[in-house]
Amino acid sequence: MSLWSRIANVFRPERLTREIDEEIQSHIEEAIAQGRDPAEARRALGPALRLREESRDVRLIAWLDSLRADAVFGWRQIMKNKVTSAAAILSLALGIGACTSAFRLIDALLLRPLPVAEPEQLYALARQVIGPEGKPLTFDSWAYPAFHLMRAAVRGQAELIAISYAERTDLTYGSDAEMEKAYRQYVSGWMFNSFGLRPAVGRLFTESDDLRPGAHPYAVLSYDYWTSRFGRDAKVIGRTFRIGNDLYEIVGVGPERFTGTEPGTVIDIFIPTMMHPGVQRSDWTWMRTLARVKPGVAMEPLRAKLGATSRAFEEERATGLGGIPKQQIDEFLNQKLLLEPAATGVSDLQNDYRTSLAALGVLVALVLLIACANVANLMTAQAASRAREMALRVSIGAGRWRLVQLVLVESAWLAFFAAAFGGGFAWWSAPVVVSMINPPHNPARLFLPADWRVLGFGLALTVGVMLLFGLAPALRASAVKPVSALKGGEDPHSRRRLMQALIAVQTAFCFLVLFVAGLFVATFEHLSNRPTGFSAQRLLTLETVTVSPQPAALWDQVAEHLRVVPGVETVALASSVLLGGWSWNNWISVNGAPPNGVLAYLLQVSPGWIDAMKIPLIDGRDFRPADTYPGVAIVNRTFAKTYFNGEDPVGKPFEVVFSVGKRLRFEVVGLVGDVTYRDIREPILPQAYFPFHSIDAKGALQPIGQGTFIVRTSSANPLALASILRRELPRARPEFRVSNIRTQTEIDQSHNVRERLLARLALFFGVVALLLAGVGLYGVLDYSVLQRRREIAIRMALGAQAGDVARRVTVDVFGMVLVGACAGLALGFASVRYIETLLYQVKPTDPRMHALPALTILAAALLAALPPVIRAVRVDPATTLRAE
Amino acid sequence: MPKPDSLQGSLDLLVLKILSRRPRLHGYAIMTAIKDMSGDVLRAEEGSLYPALHRMEEAGWIRAEWITKDTGRRARLYELTVAGKKQLAAEESRWQVVTSAVNRVLRMA
Repeated sequence: MSLWSRIANVFRPERLTREIDEEIQSHIEEAIAQGRDPAEARRALGPALRLREESRDVRLIAWLDSLRADAVFGWRQIMKNKVTSAAAILSLALGIGACTSAFRLIDALLLRPLPVAEPEQLYALARQVIGPEGKPLTFDSWAYPAFHLMRAAVRGQAELIAISYAERTDLTYGSDAEMEKAYRQYVSGWMFNSFGLRPAVGRLFTESDDLRPGAHPYAVLSYDYWTSRFGRDAKVIGRTFRIGNDLYEIVGVGPERFTGTEPGTVIDIFIPTMMHPGVQRSDWTWMRTLARVKPGVAMEPLRAKLGATSRAFEEERATGLGGIPKQQIDEFLNQKLLLEPAATGVSDLQNDYRTSLAALGVLVALVLLIACANVANLMTAQAASRAREMALRVSIGAGRWRLVQLVLVESAWLAFFAAAFGGGFAWWSAPVVVSMINPPHNPARLFLPADWRVLGFGLALTVGVMLLFGLAPALRASAVKPVSALKGGEDPHSRRRLMQALIAVQTAFCFLVLFVAGLFVATFEHLSNRPTGFSAQRLLTLETVTVSPQPAALWDQVAEHLRVVPGVETVALASSVLLGGWSWNNWISVNGAPPNGVLAYLLQVSPGWIDAMKIPLIDGRDFRPADTYPGVAIVNRTFAKTYFNGEDPVGKPFEVVFSVGKRLRFEVVGLVGDVTYRDIREPILPQAYFPFHSIDAKGALQPIGQGTFIVRTSSANPLALASILRRELPRARPEFRVSNIRTQTEIDQSHNVRERLLARLALFFGVVALLLAGVGLYGVLDYSVLQRRREIAIRMALGAQAGDVARRVTVDVFGMVLVGACAGLALGFASVRYIETLLYQVKPTDPRMHALPALTILAAALLAALPPVIRAVRVDPATTLRAE
Repeated sequence: MPKPDSLQGSLDLLVLKILSRRPRLHGYAIMTAIKDMSGDVLRAEEGSLYPALHRMEEAGWIRAEWITKDTGRRARLYELTVAGKKQLAAEESRWQVVTSAVNRVLRMA
């Protein structure tokens, strides 16, 4: 009770004082009533002020009271300079908000442990080979039979868990007309148990759900999917859905926080690995392998054992490969098995964005530091104008720490408001950035909880920021010497030196931010302007699936139906889209020779495809309706260069060498221009196109289960036709259904999503940094002109010219800007190797990359210097000197 | 913090004792009671009384209550709490120990 009343009394000081005074008063009245002399009674009591102070100090917490008084005073100071305070708060808020937002993203994607039991025991198995250019390449995909052997080999020391790559798939809970999409993941039956997870409803898989291929048609839903799709209906257990021709029964729902092991993707449906079509294939790598290592097991022997098992498996497999150069097989076999900690899960998004997020984190931290420097300068300038007030406080007995507290409390106000606004900014901006990460049709989903980790970071950041910008001015203010300050000013240069040093720091950071932003923007420009070799304009792609594989003639019939839809120019068919992320490759043999080790990339296309894609036909002809696979092929220039020594290959034969030793023979009927196939960054690949219609060994046409209609429309906005085409397709044949519609432009752009994001955010923060640095420069110059008014007036009175005055006022500061820019350049050179992997065809040493930030900063500095310089040259000597 | 004075230590004891005998007294009455009961020997320094009262109040030994007197003025009345009774017993026994020790020294020396 007493502590509470003492705290409470801090916040009702008037009432406390009144009560004390009233009690004293009643004492005196009592004394008078007893017949004592009023003056004597008062004298006996002692000075009322001292009594009041003594009682006050007993009845409240003294330090809290002084803090309260400072808070009230600080608030008045902030309200007195509304504009500057708002500018300070805004710039700090932007910095704090951006940093917190970056932390939220980094934490959610890279730092936060999976919500499973003992996540630190989890490791991911990967393999490292030395790639064609001598650079190590790491891949984490495994074939199930290899996984099976490795699991048996380390039983007792570690539990291996197979988890497929998350995949968006079509499924239906009812008729084929009600197809929908969901993220599906194949997982080992023992995964849930090993992760220590409990079902929300129903049951989770066990080892016995994952024993025989194709024998366990069960599914576990994720809690998130259960919530969004079924509104947490417990009756969902026992319901069935169909993927392709397989019917699955829902047996349970996973725990609330578990969204799979791939940060960036929220899994909807888990299915036992034994249901994967490739579970028995040793040449199909479709899954990751996680290992839960038992405590106390030595890592290196475990790694060696896994590596030996994996190598034995691959050697066994290699004996079945015919006609592939031995050297190449050896190169593949010489792989090193890696065990990488996977407490935070494993996902491609992590690998893709690790460096990007770190780079962005550094950029926003720099922006925050620039903002801090600004506010520190602001506080220093304010402290200067308050030097007399401080001196007065010291002379009437304020201690040094009391003054530090006074100024720090004012800083705390700024930091508090900045943190509040910054928190709001982080709340809003983190999900926006996540939504920009992936292309719109396939958004990344990242859980961004605002829990103690984020709050703690924000709080620590706020306190750190407050000390950063508040401590130096506070110490400086408290070191005031009453005598010199009251006499009319101490050495003004010492204060200006601190401010100018901060200007140099600001300029250096600003230069760095602009330099990096320039690199990112140039990378994005180069990538988006890279020629693809085909025209994406007005192209719409319709990924289509059928209930069961349909005769080839029906696909042609549907294409024919789409061709007459108004607004459609041409329609072609292909097994997939270019740059769609899908790829099919194989070795090529010419004249029966062994393959030269370069893989060719393959695609099945219908007649009219090269025309629809506007790929130039250089020689030969397009496919005809009767052409089939195997039989004839169209190849690109790079293919001719790679396998035919650059000669015109039209009319010549080649063979595709399959791993199992099977060879298929094709005759080149056409030569076309080069196009990008898989990734917009990589060099052009040798490509061969085959007819869309396949025949089996007996010459019978094969039915087709999925394909992509490539539609060139006549309107500039192809998406306008999307809904019509989606309706028309099943109208042509009810077995056909569109599973995805995208424009080719969107597909092309999905390759520079990361670069676009980096370029946009870096540019945004570059502008902010420039703005802040400009404001800071303006503030310092303005302050220095104000301080040197007398000096300027005297100089002008003695005949100094305007140019001379302007030079005098600005020369120091511009020197600092120069120093800062040089430091920024050095920082840029030092830091560029960390972001090299994010750049594309951009040379950090390119002088243009330096000139741009330098010129921008110079322009900003000139602009910021203009108003103070004008003010300086307009100083009227007569008025100024008379006023002083 | 209030400065220690000559009656410090014993002032608390006297105030607590008086309040244990006569509950609900205001400051002036406590002061008069000390004076009267000690036969004018002990005199609480008026300036120290109120800080001491407030200190004991914050310590939870006594509690205070405002009343309105007939004159319309408000007065603050103090009374002992349970913790105050314990404190009184402790201080009293401490006082006995100290005084008997002092007496012994005076006798022996």
